[in-house]
Amino acid sequence: MLYALSTCQWCHKTKVLLEELGIAFDYDYVDLLEGKEQDAALDEIERWNRSGSFPTLVIDNKRAIVGFREQEIREAFAA
Amino acid sequence: MNVPEITEMAIDAAYRTLKADAEKNGYRLNPDGDFVKNLIRGLLKNEQRYGYRACPCRLASGKKDEDLDIVCPCDYRDTDIEEYGACYCALYVNEAISTGKQKVAPIPERRPPRSERGKTRVVKIVSTTATPVFPLPVWRCKVCGYLCAREQPPGICPICKATKERFERFV
Repeated sequence: MLYALSTCQWCHKTKVLLEELGIAFDYDYVDLLEGKEQDAALDEIERWNRSGSFPTLVIDNKRAIVGFREQEIREAFAA
Repeated sequence: MNVPEITEMAIDAAYRTLKADAEKNGYRLNPDGDFVKNLIRGLLKNEQRYGYRACPCRLASGKKDEDLDIVCPCDYRDTDIEEYGACYCALYVNEAISTGKQKVAPIPERRPPRSERGKTRVVKIVSTTATPVFPLPVWRCKVCGYLCAREQPPGICPICKATKERFERFV
């Protein structure tokens, strides 16, 4: 699950990388959510990433990669 | 949503202004023009949405009072350039990155988490001498650190052009 902002270039790069790697993933543009939906997304992000920053990529509900860490993302899906 | 598209023309105009201002004030924009233009598209989008240019890489609340620290240029820019060579978005970079000698690496978020925002950081100055009494209050620009002693902060920071509300009482 990718938590992103529609205006954020690092989020965009992360999304493009996941697409390039052929990963099946869901994503939310949290800035386009409103009210309770947005709050729920933020609560969920903060469970994985205390600072609540973007992009936050949650992999299989097990771990999270915060920020466009290209190498780390590639390695996480390299198996 | 029925909102006008951000045009290439508007992006180019904002880019020229930002670049000229940056260079005049000793800052540098990221040398990757397309990357910068996409960031500017985000800034203009946020200006359209919220009425101010909130950081495109952070989630704005829509309440200006709560978002002042992330109105671009944000309060964290200078410290991040100092420590990581670039601001959080990498819109502003240091000389090494602007000349291609260093690459931008991911920058951890310096802004306090949601639950801790709005709590002012109180720095206690321990001094053995008596606190000096100044005839005027000293104001600090939270964007660039400019200090001035006068009754009220200036309407616009003469150094970085930040607006009055970005000033804090320093002494």
